[in-house]
Amino acid sequence: MNNFEHQSLPPPRSEIGLLGWLRKNLFSSLSNTILTVVAIGFLLWLLPPLFEWAILDSIWMADSRKECWAKMEVPEGAACWAFIKDRLGLFVYGFYPMDQRWRVDLSFILLICAIFCVLYEKLPGRKFGLMFAIAFPFITGWLLIGGLGLELIETDKFGGIMLTLIIGVTGISFSLPIGIILALGRRSNMPVLKSLCVMFIEFIRGVPLIALLFIASTMLNFFLPPGTQFDLLMRVLIMVTLFSAAYIAEVVRGGLQGIPTGQYEAADALGLTYFKAHWLIILPQALKISIPGIVNTFIGLYKDTTLVIIIGLLDPLGIGRASLSDAVWAGLAKEVYLFVAIFFFICCFAMSRYSLWLEKRLSTEN
Amino acid sequence: MPEKRKHKKKSTSKKRLPRKIEKSKTIIEISEMHKWFGSFHVLKDINLRISAGEKIVICGPSGSGKSTLIRCINRLEEHQRGQIFVDGMELTDDLKGIELVRSEVGMVFQQFNLFPHLTVLENCSLALVWVRNLPKSEAEDIALKYLERVKIPEQAQKYPGQLSGGQQQRVAIARSLCMNPKIMLFDEPTSALDPEMIKEVLDVMIELAETGMTMLVVTHEMGFATAVADRVIFMDDGQIIEQNNPKDFFEKPKHKRTKLFLSQILAH
Repeated sequence: MNNFEHQSLPPPRSEIGLLGWLRKNLFSSLSNTILTVVAIGFLLWLLPPLFEWAILDSIWMADSRKECWAKMEVPEGAACWAFIKDRLGLFVYGFYPMDQRWRVDLSFILLICAIFCVLYEKLPGRKFGLMFAIAFPFITGWLLIGGLGLELIETDKFGGIMLTLIIGVTGISFSLPIGIILALGRRSNMPVLKSLCVMFIEFIRGVPLIALLFIASTMLNFFLPPGTQFDLLMRVLIMVTLFSAAYIAEVVRGGLQGIPTGQYEAADALGLTYFKAHWLIILPQALKISIPGIVNTFIGLYKDTTLVIIIGLLDPLGIGRASLSDAVWAGLAKEVYLFVAIFFFICCFAMSRYSLWLEKRLSTEN
Repeated sequence: MPEKRKHKKKSTSKKRLPRKIEKSKTIIEISEMHKWFGSFHVLKDINLRISAGEKIVICGPSGSGKSTLIRCINRLEEHQRGQIFVDGMELTDDLKGIELVRSEVGMVFQQFNLFPHLTVLENCSLALVWVRNLPKSEAEDIALKYLERVKIPEQAQKYPGQLSGGQQQRVAIARSLCMNPKIMLFDEPTSALDPEMIKEVLDVMIELAETGMTMLVVTHEMGFATAVADRVIFMDDGQIIEQNNPKDFFEKPKHKRTKLFLSQILAH
């Protein structure tokens, strides 16, 4: 039967299935084929020995480096994770007293709950979750430092992953609101407010974080009344927060510039006040545009926490370096640095994935 | 006796339409108003008195200041000399006063300016909740009522980006109407629309005009002006050149510039 209308036909076999995909994506042209072969060759060369070194031949039970190497077929031929296992407590808790470590554990659990409450919107009873998240820093501060019935623990005992999380989480959660306020201030019509914000942002962005940390550890005393003891960790927290707030401010300002003036006018025309218009209309859109930049800054901040080693605080990297000087274990640098790298990678990769998920969820276009 | 009758009339009208305003009452008064953008004199000595319920169409070549004029009425633009009274209140720097005036004056923009991150229903109920302080459920009921009036209640849960231009502009009109404004300003509401969508928006505006709303419309839709307007104002070079009822305005324009403008837009 002859028909003018053409029926929809299934695509040719070369377009579908695994073979179709392979042809289209990996072997579509000569250069693509060469690239594919070279990449596969590289992975074959790299992965099996790495897998053997890190997993198959690795030693998990030993009391010293010598015992570790004695257990291997080839000395130094595989990873000695026994070292990390032996020092895991130090890596996680720093020098926090052994019998009080449950307080850190409890804080970790509370942190996970708080993060979940903030980041996952569909949670039933999220209002209470958010209230808990707001109370969380105070609860944790009390748990970790003590007082009011708990044994007091000096902050110079803090270290390791716990220290990284304290600095990272504090920096991230306080720098976002401060950064937003700075960005709005920089776009304000009031010249004094505007120049204050510009000066602050430009000063902080123009000085390396290490310099700021040195200022925190040495110079702040000049500005405080003599005899004041201002906790070193507290100073670091303030400096890291301000540092990242300046960057967030510029990222958010970029987002604000992406909002068409029509949005401001429509909000004004409805009679919304400055604060309501920004809270309801402008910021939700500006922050959505800024998500990649904000998360980028957060990841940077999180990794920059390793710089506190310079002023004598021991984060996982610092703990790792210190452990390497132990004569019983010396010489196992690869294991230590790989372990620290994996820890940071997991945290940062999680942030990156969350931001992608959030962008997708907030998209209102088809 | 006349006193009593007047009183009675007032009370009944109040019962039927809480917002009904006597026809002859002046609702907008602009006197000797000037505005500059930097050193550019964009509005020159504007004098305009608009009665409640009047429908005004403002036309003129681009750059003549017609959009700026209506944007001065809800103070999206600030005037530098002269006075503007809206519903008895003078527009000054006083922020509270401006916000009050804005909540009584609805505005529809050329580019719709819907809030893309909110659903259609949220777009409409937002100001009721945050400016009028109504509970959310009540605000949504009102919003749905006005979405029905512009004939798109079924789109309430969609986002603006999923609607056609004509639908978006109708949502924008509903969003303004939700606030139960006394005055509606339209800034070239059909200029950004594809031809086949202009009619659906104009129909909504004509229906709105029939309810007795005070409307100021900047537009080049001369058919709309003829059908609805009480008065057509022609502006050029920041001045009001000529104003008249639509019949006389189109048939017997007095001013040379008006004739030139009309010949240009009616030529095609």
